[in-house]
Order: sequence, then C-alpha cells, then structure tokens
Amino acid sequence: MDLNYNDEELAFRDEVRAFLKDKLPARIADKVKKQQRLTKEDMVEWHAILNDRGWLASAWPKEYGGAAWDAVQRNIFEEEACRAGAPRVVPFGIGMLAPVLMAFGSSEQCDHYLPRILDGTDWWCQGYSEPGAGSDLASLKTTAVREGDHYIVNGQKTWTTLGQHADWIFCLVRTSNEGKPQQGISFLLIDMATPGIEVRPIILLDGEHEVNEIFFDDVKVPVENLVGEENKGWTYAKYLLTHERTGTAGIGFSTEGLAQLKRIAKAQKKRGRPLAEDPLFAARMAKIEIDLAALRTTNLRVLQDAMSGAASPADSSMMKVKGTVIRQAINDLARRALGPHALPFVSEALDAGYNEPPIGPDYANPVAADYFNNRKLSIFAGSNEIQKNIISKLNGL
Amino acid sequence: MDFSLTDDRRMLADMATRFVREKYDIESRHKFAASDEGFSREIWGEFAELGLIGALFGEDVGGFGGTGFDLAVVFEELGKGLVVEPMLANLVAGKLVELAGSAEQKMLLEKVIGGETLLAFAHSEPESHYDLAHVATGAEKTEKGWRLTGHKSAVLNGDSADLLVVSARVSGDVADEEGIALFLVNPHAKGVAIRGCPTVDGGRVGDIALNGVEVSTHVRLGEEAFTTIEQAFAAGIVAVSAEALGAMQVATEMTLEYLKTRKQFGVIIGRFQVLQHRYAEMLIEIEQARSSLINAAGHLESGRELREWNVSALKNLVGRVGHLVAEETIQMHGGIGMTWEYALPHYAKRLTMIDHQFGDEDHHIERVIALSAG
Repeated sequence: MDLNYNDEELAFRDEVRAFLKDKLPARIADKVKKQQRLTKEDMVEWHAILNDRGWLASAWPKEYGGAAWDAVQRNIFEEEACRAGAPRVVPFGIGMLAPVLMAFGSSEQCDHYLPRILDGTDWWCQGYSEPGAGSDLASLKTTAVREGDHYIVNGQKTWTTLGQHADWIFCLVRTSNEGKPQQGISFLLIDMATPGIEVRPIILLDGEHEVNEIFFDDVKVPVENLVGEENKGWTYAKYLLTHERTGTAGIGFSTEGLAQLKRIAKAQKKRGRPLAEDPLFAARMAKIEIDLAALRTTNLRVLQDAMSGAASPADSSMMKVKGTVIRQAINDLARRALGPHALPFVSEALDAGYNEPPIGPDYANPVAADYFNNRKLSIFAGSNEIQKNIISKLNGL
Repeated sequence: MDFSLTDDRRMLADMATRFVREKYDIESRHKFAASDEGFSREIWGEFAELGLIGALFGEDVGGFGGTGFDLAVVFEELGKGLVVEPMLANLVAGKLVELAGSAEQKMLLEKVIGGETLLAFAHSEPESHYDLAHVATGAEKTEKGWRLTGHKSAVLNGDSADLLVVSARVSGDVADEEGIALFLVNPHAKGVAIRGCPTVDGGRVGDIALNGVEVSTHVRLGEEAFTTIEQAFAAGIVAVSAEALGAMQVATEMTLEYLKTRKQFGVIIGRFQVLQHRYAEMLIEIEQARSSLINAAGHLESGRELREWNVSALKNLVGRVGHLVAEETIQMHGGIGMTWEYALPHYAKRLTMIDHQFGDEDHHIERVIALSAG
C-alpha cells in the first residue's frame, strides 16, 4: 500500500500543472471560478487548446489521436483541471460516442467521425431519454423504419444536454417490437441539419437553457449511419455506461466546491465571528470533508482495480451515488452559508462583462442557482435509485 | 500509488483469516467471553505462536511489523470473528512502552509478544469522557519515587493484566496536556484495587482504584506523556476501526444471505426495493470506511497533523457507518436479529460499542475541525 503518487505520476502531474498554467486562458478560468456562463465558443476554444497538445481525447488510443492515458493519469488531469478552473471537456463526442464507435462501429465510421470530433467540426449530443423513457430507458418509443437505403425516424427525445449547439446526435431508436424491449433498440447517428428535426429549449429551474427536447418527424437517415448491428443498440449503450469510470465520482468538482464553501464560510459572519467557527456549521462541513477524503481514496482504488481488470461493475454505481450525494451536500451547505444573501439572484450577472455592483457579497449570486441546478446530479446518468438497483442486482438480490 | 497488499501482509491476513475460521466459531467465542478472564489463555498463546501479537510491534522491540497496515490487516480479521482476546488492550499499552520506554522497559515487550505478559492501559476516568488530557489521578513525588492516587474506570482488560500502564498527573490542572506521566504499575501492589466487569459486547473492563500506591522512580515511562498517548491511541483507532470493518463485512454478508432466503408475502424479501436500496447504501458506506481506514493506516507514521486528521476522520466515519450497519442489519433480519442465539446481533453490538472506545463520532468530528483550523 502506498497512498502517494509515485515519481512518474508526480512528474505527470507537474506536466499537467505547467500546461494548465501556460495554456488555460485566464478569461475562461475566471468565468469557471466565478460560476459564470460559458459560451459555446469558450468550450470550443478549450477543446482546440487541448487538442493541440494531444490531450483532448485523453482516453482514446494513440492511433485515433488520443493521449492513451491510464485511469490514474486521467484522474490526475481531472483534479488539476478542476483546480485550475478549466471547463470540463464536453463528453458527448469524446467520452460517449467515440468508445462505442471504436468498439462496435465500422472502420469507415471511425475514420470519418473521430477526426471531426477532435478538430471540433462536429458537436455531438446524446439522444437517449424520452418523455416516457427515463429511468426505464428500454421503453423508448422513437422509431426508425427501414425504407430502402434509409431509416425513417419518428419520435421525440428529451433532456438533450447542449443539443442547441449540436451538429449531430447519437440516438437509441426502436427498430423492432419483437422480444424484450431491450432487444429492439438500435444505435443511430443523425445529422441535426436533416429536415424534420426540431430543437426546442427546456428552461430548467434555475432559469438556464442547458437541455432541450428534440422532435423527429419523418427524418431520413442513411442506413450507413447505423452503428454495429440492428437491434443491438442496448448492448452498446450499456457498454458505454460501464466503460467510462473516471470522473463518475466528480472528485475534482467536489474538491473545488469544498474549497469555495470554506472561503464562503470564512467570509460570512455569525454573531460577529466567521461562520466557519460556528460549531454546528463547522461540523456539517467537516463531515463532508471526511466523506470526500474517503471517496477520493475509494475512487483511486476503483481506478487501480479498473486498470488491472479487477473492478466490479457495481463500483461505478457506488461512485455515482456517493459522488453526487457529496457534491449536492456541498452545494447545499454553500447555499445555507449565505443566509439571507442566498436570495438575490441576477441572471445577467452570470455573463462575463456584467459590471453592476453585486447585491450582497460578490460570491453570492450563483450559489443558490447552482444548488438548484445540481439537483440534476442524482437524477441524470441513471438516477441514484437506479444505481442502487444495479448494486443490489449485482449482489444477487 | 498502490493499493495492493504486500506479500508479507497478505500472508499475515491469510493466517489470521484461517485461524478465525477454524478456531473461532461463535459458540467458542461466547464461551471464552463468559469465562472469568473474558478470553482464552490458550487462544492467546496461539496468537503469540502465530506471530499475530508480534505483528503489532516494530522490529526493534522484537516484533516484525507495527505499521498502520500491519494493524489493519490483523484487526480486520479479528473483527470478522468477534475475537475477545485482549489484542487491542495490549496493542495500546504496548505502543506506550514502545514509544516512551527506556531500553530496559522495552524488554518487557518481548514477553508481551511471546504471550507471557499481558498489559492494559489505565487512562480513562469517571469524568474524562473522551478527553485524552483529562487526568485527575495524581502522582505525588516521594522520597523513593511516586505515590499514585485516583480512580481509573472502564479500563479495557484492566482486570486480567499482569502489568498496568497508568497515567497520572505530576503537575498542572486536570485537563492540561502538560503534566501527564505514565507509570508501570503492578496490579497486585499495595493500594491497587481492581473490580472486573463484563461489557455489553462481550469484552471485559476493570474499574481500578489507586489508593496511595507507592511506585519507584524507574517505573516511569518517558517524560511528558500526552503526545505518546495520542500516538498510541492513533494506533488503537486504526486497529479498532479495522476490527469494525471486519465486523461490518460479516454483518452485511449474513444480511445478504438472509435477504436471499427469508420469504414473506410469497417472495424472498430481497425482492423488495426498499430493502435492496438500504442494503446498497450499507455497501457504499462500508467502501467509504475501508478507504478511510487506508488513509489513516497509511498516515499512521506521518507527522502529527496529517496522522491525527486522518485518524479522527476515520473514527468519525467508522462511528457513523458502524451505527448504520448495526441498526440496519438487525432491522433487516427482523425478530431473529434480536436473538442471543443468532450471531448477527453480537456483531451489531460490537459495532455499536466501538463508537464508545477512543472517542465517538462527535468527539472526532470536533478534533477534525480543530485540526483543520490549525
């Protein structure tokens, strides 16, 4: 047992730090640290910077232009990137579609789509959830009917994150009603510019446009856009869910969130003393800090197991549940820490360049909205209840 | 970074596992616990022979381990068998000797490691709660040495020790960190009165009255003792937390088995989602406890700040998770979980009472706060 990074890992960390110090635009880091809105251009710019260094697709093999980092390296990068205020890499193309293409797509598909993901030509979004298919994803109803060289797609996807920016969408569609619901699902790539597609924004509880509904009305999709075999899409989607373990726990986000919480609790006053010194509040913070310190080690243990092939599929479910519970608890405490100053909320102040004086402390404005936004964490990517179902199923219940 | 056990430690763990599995069924455990001393001398002798006691101490005192991970692997296996032999008491008292003893005093540990001499640490007092610095017992300087007067309560295995390590105040106020001394005291010395008592979870404690006990100068262990006690307690916390982790695993395994076999309303109760989720919740928290144990064991040899933060974080987390596992495993078993005959509730009791040793979850969250601020 050795809890410390070895020399090689430390050298890698230093390399990452130096890169972030040198290449992460201060303007973008400033927005991230102030919890301001990132534009599509900000995200594209950061992707291009990473891609120049060969670090955008950190988990991809070298032959496809990836960095081929192992799980520990990816974890180091995530920690350092969060610390430096780097935007997260938009995962839909890099982390979600690409592994499926590499594992199940044709070489033509890989050759065509993967370079375009790297150079930013295509922004991908994910078409899984539907109004009637959330946790019960296999009950999805969007159909793709084969007609000659095309599929005709009809139906509706929802909760499509950043779909408003997307050039392409990878969809789970129903190609058969035979057998179990899971057996009639296919994995289809659809150009968002195809006639018959309509994107409608969904405004979330914090007032933000992050997710969308996407309607498909007789959308013609060439059959070569099918990934793998017809009716095997469920297998591919499940592969994806267990493939990507790094980042499930959101350790980097929680570490930064906790640091921010501590800054707030030091600055806020209660009976003339810093709130951080209030025994009740201090105990709430300490409990989270203890849990996070343990989760960080759990995460590293899982990563090490994953590298040696010993990880259990239940591990990523555990990381998802505990990681999101901790992140949400940090958001919750940050909101409480502000007291009455959590109430004022000026949406325009989330845009860079807003110059009006803040109402209350300058860190207060985004905190409550962020708390509300992050209620999503325990709902998306398989709700925490679904994760617990998976854990108990894998234990034979 | 490496989370795998070395071959030596794996062998140590395997040996302890095998011993517990083959010799330590629950009926034997109850028999040992109910005996006069509350444990088996025969088993103790076998622990010594197998080197399990030696694994708790460093090579310079005749052991062959003594690091955080050595303690963790041994005690995790002991926890699986609810072992009642006085390993914890001898670890902590032995650590005091190892840390603060003179070369001559350290010789004593060879006999401890060999299973011939039993130690106990007489520290806690009726009013100390979990405060390490609270020592009201006085040590008054005399011509030949010291005179000890005071009351030590709930001393783990204090009724079977061949030698007591006693904390007593040589100067300062009752809760000062400075002015605490340690003495090696013969429990049969004049003025020592010990009343043994079983504990609710199968162990033994001693209530010790020190009525003007005369001891000579050379039985004092080191000088200022507070940091020594803190460090020995850190080892105790790693050990008892590993014990808790072992007990948690057995308790959840038994519960899983029960969920898979017990039928109500015509189905196995493990089909009920409310129980599935609560079971999953326990597993998640037990992984957290294991990680916290790794953190603290890995930092047991670190500097004070890092060591104590991780140790208190561990004890707080184990307090919370132990409480959860104890209550949930009884609840999921229903009535059978309430019976003496069934093993499960004995694990639950031990898990609950571990929070009463070396400071509970509240005590340790206070320490984490203090250590984070400092």
